[in-house]
Amino acid sequence: MSHLAQTGTAGAPEDRFLAHHFPDMTAQSQTSKLGIWLFLGSEVLFFSGLFVAYGVYRANHYALFHYAHHFLDWRMGALNTVVLVGSSLSAAWSVRCAQLGDRRGLRITLLLTLLLAGMFLVVKYFEYSHKLHNGIAWGAACHPSEEILSTLPASVRALPVPKDLGTFFSIYYLMTGLHGIHVLVGMGLYVWLIRRATRGDFGPGYFVPVDSVALYWHLVDMIWIFLFPLLYLI
Amino acid sequence: MTTAPAAAAEHAAGDSYLTHGKGIASWLFSLDHKRIGIMYLALIVFSLFLGGVFAMVVRFHLWDPSGGLVSNDAYNKMFTLHGAVMIFLFVIPGIPSALGNFVVPLMVGAKDVAFPRVNLLSFWLFVAGAVLFIATLVVGGLDTGWTLYPPYSLESSRGLGILLALTGVFLAGFSSILTGVNFIATIHKMRAPGQGWFDLPLFLWALYATGIIQIFATPVLGITVALGFLERVFHLGIFMPEYGGDPVLFQHFFWFYSHPAVYIMILPAMGIVSEVVAVFSRKPIFGYKFIAMSSIAIALIGFFVWGHHMFVSGQSKWANIIFSFLTLLVAIPSAIKTFNWLATLYKGHIILKTPMLFVLSFFAIFGVGGLTGLFLGTLATDIPLHDTYFVVAHFHFVMVGAVMIAFLAGLFYWWPKMTGRMYDERLGTASAILIFLGFNVTFIPQFLAGTMGMPRRYATYAEQFVGLNRVSTVGAVLLAAGLGVALWAFVASLRHGARAPANPWGAATLEWATSSPPPHDNFAVAPRGVPPYDYTGLTHASDEAGWIPVRPEGAR
Repeated sequence: MSHLAQTGTAGAPEDRFLAHHFPDMTAQSQTSKLGIWLFLGSEVLFFSGLFVAYGVYRANHYALFHYAHHFLDWRMGALNTVVLVGSSLSAAWSVRCAQLGDRRGLRITLLLTLLLAGMFLVVKYFEYSHKLHNGIAWGAACHPSEEILSTLPASVRALPVPKDLGTFFSIYYLMTGLHGIHVLVGMGLYVWLIRRATRGDFGPGYFVPVDSVALYWHLVDMIWIFLFPLLYLI
Repeated sequence: MTTAPAAAAEHAAGDSYLTHGKGIASWLFSLDHKRIGIMYLALIVFSLFLGGVFAMVVRFHLWDPSGGLVSNDAYNKMFTLHGAVMIFLFVIPGIPSALGNFVVPLMVGAKDVAFPRVNLLSFWLFVAGAVLFIATLVVGGLDTGWTLYPPYSLESSRGLGILLALTGVFLAGFSSILTGVNFIATIHKMRAPGQGWFDLPLFLWALYATGIIQIFATPVLGITVALGFLERVFHLGIFMPEYGGDPVLFQHFFWFYSHPAVYIMILPAMGIVSEVVAVFSRKPIFGYKFIAMSSIAIALIGFFVWGHHMFVSGQSKWANIIFSFLTLLVAIPSAIKTFNWLATLYKGHIILKTPMLFVLSFFAIFGVGGLTGLFLGTLATDIPLHDTYFVVAHFHFVMVGAVMIAFLAGLFYWWPKMTGRMYDERLGTASAILIFLGFNVTFIPQFLAGTMGMPRRYATYAEQFVGLNRVSTVGAVLLAAGLGVALWAFVASLRHGARAPANPWGAATLEWATSSPPPHDNFAVAPRGVPPYDYTGLTHASDEAGWIPVRPEGAR
């Protein structure tokens, strides 16, 4: 992809975005690309603590985790997976639009990414409020209502409610909550990109911000792709 | 490299980075890596002072076996803050953020680090973290030890102090990550034309290895302290047994960062040693590639040894054995470095200026600090030595004796470049000797007390250890006096030091090819890469003019 960045030549309009400490746009965009990859590596390790905690507690409380996942509605999770994968597609598309200089396409795809991200959070909001409304909070505060217990499959309903059910939901709220914060940050970044795209900043010679934010967005998407089966399906 | 020094010398008469903008805001919001480095330096020296004051309270409290100076409660807070301030605000950021920020772009011939705005953000995150640490003092202190182990640290009776400390660690951690990203991107992408990977000064290899750890280990500390914070506020049941959590999980997470963090501390120190030992032996560094690669090896192996802090935590015996074995592997690259440094000295023309004196102290002290680490990495000997003063002495040998002394070596070495002033060599020599003596008098008795079974962290101790503790306290006073002399040398240099030439030491790395202090854009003419340890092209002109290229202008 980055070969297209090399079309920026001295005196090109993109050069107004060239920082003083780089010799040319190519060097600048390659450096930014490396920086964002390093940051994403750091992000993976940031989430890794939670994934390890999930693994440890799942191993220690296998029956509890298996029981608790029935409270999560896989249809909502699946819907959000489709929404987020769709937003990754439009994010990738926006990079292509910027590289080709298709400004209208760029604005549409950026806006679409933002809308899908918003939709993900709306679905998440309904999931959270439904659970909290029915007493499914974290830690010791987790006391499921009769109403939500009655929606469980019959074989699961026959089991007693484990007393430390909240351990699973602590992990659930932590992992989806941290992921949700990343979605919010991503939405902020897309608002910023839309403003700059409207101003006409991006084109074949300068699209590093679109590219970098899309990379971040793909990571957010990928983390969800792991969260969905771990929390909802198994 | 043909015209750069001459052009730089012309430039020196006019604008430098110190005069390039006026007013306090031109510093606080500067994107110039040199100014950011200087601001870091000021904060880090202040942290060293603060941590040192806490240390002196601890040492004077331990003058008597029953502990006379402060209450036991206050003692617990003093040693906690001593550890936390020294580690998070001095040793970890010290060399990379202060000296590294100043030197890295100069060493690759660049105008700045890759991401100057991120660099400024990193500085302000560090300031915010430091302020929160200081704020814990105001709200009543912290007595958990710097390791912040639950369940004790997260008890619900605990006040605001722990929350401030956790947030402070979180912010300082992100500052460290961003510094690592900046250095790695700078070293990868901004090297001077003709500067290959093996033309990099070894300080940059060391910071590259450090960057790997900063980027991939620090986020784990970030999530750990975030979880600790949420556990304390919302009782999630992650680390606290009373809510169904696992405190040993905290230890694993904490050491997954905090052991590699030991290499965040020592690797940049080793980088400084590699620079100074070659320059002041007037010889190319011995075994360049081995020193470079052993930095990377230490960084990578360092990720797999954290369990050696947990031999008595109840983790499985197989985990203990494997972690013990992996820990001993770190000795190999460390020894490779040490032997290469010593081989650099061999038949060198050794010049005993202050930076070199500190580096020679480093060899003696790091040797002892490293070898006593083997006693603690070996499972059988660690069990009786665990949580004794032997451990305290060991990590002070590495963190103070090696890292702080290398930091001082680097500070004296780059001081003329940073300020444009020479320091008084007699004061520098006196500080190096006092610090070496004071350090050993402080910490050798602690090895002895530890092997006799004196436990660490207690406010009182058995009568039999009184002699050793008093010697240690006397040593601490000597050490503080040595640091005071060093500070005196720097202040005197700022007030009436002689003007520094571009290259006072005859070093070949690129930061010495520009004027002292460098101009805002670092180089009057963008330099080309040169062999970093080839001194054949330099000759000593005079003390005022320093070292200059042998060949006349333009004759390559």
